[in-house]
Parts: sequence; structure tokens; C-alpha cells
Amino acid sequence: MAHPIKLQIQFGGGAELLFDSIKSRTIELPAIDKYFPECQREKWTIKELLVWMKDNLLRERPELFLQGDSVRPGILVLVNDTDWELYDELSYELLEGDTIAFISTLHGG
Amino acid sequence: MPVPCATGCGRNASLKRPKTGDALCKECFFWAFETEIHFTITRGELFNRGDSVAVAASGGKDSTVLAHVLKTLNERYNYGLNLILLSIDEGITGYRDDSLETVMQNSADYVMPLKILSYKDLYGWTMDEIVAQIGRKNNCTFCGVFRRQALDRGAALLNVKCIATGHNADDIAETVLMNVLRGDIARLKRCTAISTGSEGTIPRVKPLKYSYEKEIVMYAHYKKLVYFSTECVFAPNAYRGHARALLKDLEKIRPTCIMDIIYSGETMSVKEEVTLPTQRTCSRCNFVSSQEVCKACVLLEGLNKGLPKLGIGKSSKAKRMLEEYNAKQNDSLQEAISEINDEFKKNNCISKGKVCKSNCKSKENKHSTTDLNTVDANTNSCEQVHSNEVTDDNKETKCCNKKQYCTNKKTNETNESNSKAEKLLAEYGIPESSDKPNSIEETNSSQDKVCEIDVSNSVDNEEFDVDLHTNDEVILKEEDNTCAGACGKVDSLHIGF
Repeated sequence: MAHPIKLQIQFGGGAELLFDSIKSRTIELPAIDKYFPECQREKWTIKELLVWMKDNLLRERPELFLQGDSVRPGILVLVNDTDWELYDELSYELLEGDTIAFISTLHGG
Repeated sequence: MPVPCATGCGRNASLKRPKTGDALCKECFFWAFETEIHFTITRGELFNRGDSVAVAASGGKDSTVLAHVLKTLNERYNYGLNLILLSIDEGITGYRDDSLETVMQNSADYVMPLKILSYKDLYGWTMDEIVAQIGRKNNCTFCGVFRRQALDRGAALLNVKCIATGHNADDIAETVLMNVLRGDIARLKRCTAISTGSEGTIPRVKPLKYSYEKEIVMYAHYKKLVYFSTECVFAPNAYRGHARALLKDLEKIRPTCIMDIIYSGETMSVKEEVTLPTQRTCSRCNFVSSQEVCKACVLLEGLNKGLPKLGIGKSSKAKRMLEEYNAKQNDSLQEAISEINDEFKKNNCISKGKVCKSNCKSKENKHSTTDLNTVDANTNSCEQVHSNEVTDDNKETKCCNKKQYCTNKKTNETNESNSKAEKLLAEYGIPESSDKPNSIEETNSSQDKVCEIDVSNSVDNEEFDVDLHTNDEVILKEEDNTCAGACGKVDSLHIGF
């Protein structure tokens, strides 16, 4: 059975500018089969989270945040403060209470 | 599934290092990151004990991390360095003004003295003003060229041994790529050097040369360093952005490509028959240049002449533009003179017994100082008073200006840049008003000070009270403004002829 889950998402390094300049927010994802009726999986992964964010949070210029079905290269993703490259990246299965941070390296110098 | 730290320290890994692929915990990552920079510093012999070092600080992630790491290493390995933060204020509203606050915060946090220099002080132009002239296409050329020199000047002021900049591995790889894309062999050859600077200039060093951007951001994040991350408001159109996007795409596929591009840049050799411009010093300002006159002087000259595109593109093009400009100036000069002469003959320009107010409120009175050879009444509000007794050769023009003031220090700097402009004029054969009594004061005008010059012309008996700051600021605009007052003629500026 799929359940709705609550997450903390954070933005930094300039990525927050694409999300109303809000650096941290709590979101609740509906049960995945409600949001993606086609989806076979029972659990949300970061891949679906990105789609959800695009639909619900991303206000402007999605190409500055997303590229293909992933984040734009140069945006770091941290799962509970750990590099997502250590956690299967897009396929990481989200758990209740996870904190996902998106930090841009592309801004300023 | 938590991944254990590759060092075997027993903690869980926090990130995967792009350079090596190692999974490290925070503590081991800090250690590795800092130690690598320490090796970069010692191997490159970037500093000597007792040196004063200016850390070029923008408030961004790179310079913030640089300042933090240098402070840490200076204490840990007892470098004996005296570190000073040096910031350049380009005058970009909504970008630099905010980021400078971050630098001030860094200065307080790291207990490092801070020196801020502005483009306005150094060149008489803010980037906002330059962009208003040049548009958004080539503005980064101005900003980059000016910043380079501005840092040199700041470093000279601070009397430091070298300037440390926050260029990271990604930046350098990007620059290698850019120079390849542009066929700029001279820059390609030297852009990977860890320490640059020829004789007589203050060397630049890049302690973060081998540090990945990702690691810099992770370091700042884990150390909770405060940095400023708004994109420059003018940057989106810069060519560099494309090179950067390409590099990031490549890095995603194979992270070591960054180091590999740097390695390629370092080891690439240039064929002997390729002629490279020799590095020398600018004959105008004495800063390092590959040309007779450095780019900054040419760009500044273009701005001050209302030819903002002068420094963009080839120098042959610049020469042609200047020739055309000179020809045009001579024509309009002749025209203006004859016009004024006619006017005076008719004697109808003078409002008898009245105060003629010219509405020059919107800085419209633009006259290139260098060509019209008279003191400009380039003012925000300029009042032209014609007294009753005024005759053709006895006039009084008074201009009140918006008050600008500056410190003595600024005065020195601006004088420097003005003498530079003066030399440039000579270089390009632009008629320099030697026969006009007012011109010298004018060319020497300090851009940032309130200057009151009373020029008594024995023939014309004119008196001018001119704010030269405004003068320089507005040079670019049209030169054929007519007096908005009763006379309806070319304004007081031309009267000197």
C-alpha cells in the first residue's frame, strides 16, 4: 500500500531563487499511485519528487533546475545531508521525514 | 544504506569526491580538502613567510572558502602570512552591493582587515552606467578587464606581496575550454599557470586551482560558511555560460574531465612558429599589457568618448572608429563655432537683464572633454546667467552641480586614471586642446571630487564653475544639446571659441 509521506526540502547556493527564495519547506507527497496512476512503484523516489516539484513548486525557468529527468548538472543533491551520489541518485527511495537539499554550484564566484 | 568512509575511520561517508571517487565522511573530507590546498600552496611555493597576502573577496562561495581555508592553513602550518581581504565594488545594483555585505561579514568572522575599491573611484564609471551605454552583450569584457586592474591597484595600495584569487578547478578548465574555442593561444598558454605576474606586477596565485567546485560548495555547506550566491544580474548573456554548461554536462558523465582539461592546458605546447604577443606594460598606465595600450585604457577611452564599443573586437577596428570619430568631431566643431559666431553677431543669445535658466536637469549636456576643448557645463542643474552688461566678449557662465565629494585617496586614484586618459588621447592623435586654456584642467578633472575651476580667459573673460565629476560621468551622451533657455542655441560650452 502506498502512503502519503512528509519531507523537508531545502535550497541553497542560489537554487532557492527558482523557488520563491524560500530556503526550507515541509512538503507532503500524496500516495504515489494517486499522483502517478501509471506508476508501478509503491515508493516515491527522487525522480518522481523532481516531477512533483516541477508541477507544484517550480515557478520559473525550469531549465535552470531540471535537465532531462534529473537536476541540471551543477546542482548538488543531498539526502539527509549526504551526497546523493552515495545513494543511487534518482532511484533513492524517499522515507518519511527525509531531508532533501538542492544546492547550486552554478551561482556566483 | 550508509556507505562507510573510505579512510576506515569508522564514520559514515557524506560525499563522493569527484576528483578521486572516494566516499568520505565530513571530517576526513575537510582534512583531505584542506591538505590538498596546503600541498598546492607548498608545491607551487605560492607564499613566503611573512608575506602580506590580499585575498580577492567577492563574497561568493570560492572566495569565502579561500579566505576560510587560508586562515585555517595559516594557523595550522604556521605560514606566517598577513591576510587581508580585498574587494572590488563594480557598482552593480542588486548584486555587488549585497555581496559586499557578505564580505564584511567574512571580515568580521575571520578577523581579517577588509579594503573595498570601487570602479566609480577608479574609472569614474559604475558597471550599471557602463551597461547603460554598451548594452548587455559585451559588458563582461569591461567588468573583467577593469576588475583585473582594480585588483592590481588595490594590492598596490595595500602593499601586499601577492593576490590570492578563488579560481577553482572548474573555472580553470572552463577558461582552457574558452581559450580553445576562441583560438586565444596566448591566454591558453598562461591560463593554467598557478602563479601569474611578470616583472613589476603583483603576482596572482590560485590556491584553489585543483579544488573542484562541488567540493568547495560542500565544504562551505558542511562548515556552514556564509556566502553570497546571487548570479550577477548581467551575466546570463556571457559566452562563458555556454562553456560552463558544456563542462558541467561532461563532468556529470566523467568527473575527472575537469582535471584532465587542466592537465591538457598545462602540458600543451605551442609551436615555435606561432607568434605570441609579448607581455609588456601599457604605455599609458604602466599596468601589464600585451598591446602598446592596455585593454582597460582603450575601454575607458571608448566610454569617455561615447564609443563604448571601441575596445570590443580588433584593434584595427578601434583605430578606424577613432578616425571616423575625429573627423566627425572636427566637422561638428567647425559647425558649432560658426554657429556661435553668427549668434553673437546677431547678439540675440543674451537675455538682457534676465536670468536665463537652461534646463539641463537630466545630465543632457554631454560634451566630450577631449574634443570640444572647452569647459563643459555638464551639470545636473545648470544656470546660465547673462548679465545686462554682457557683450560678445564678456560673459559669465555659472554652473552649479550636484555635489560629489571624495576622500583624498580617491583623488589620487582618479588623477592617475585621468592622466591615463590624457595620454591615450595623445596616442590616438585626438586633437588635444593645447591651444585652449581650459582644456588641461578639464582633462585632468578628477572624476570623483568636487572641483571648482575658475578659468579666466583674458579674451573672453569667462568664468566657469564646473563639477568635473558630472562631466566625466556624462560624456557619452549627445553633444549637440541646445540650451533649453531663452537662447535656444548651443549651450555655453561652445562659447569659448
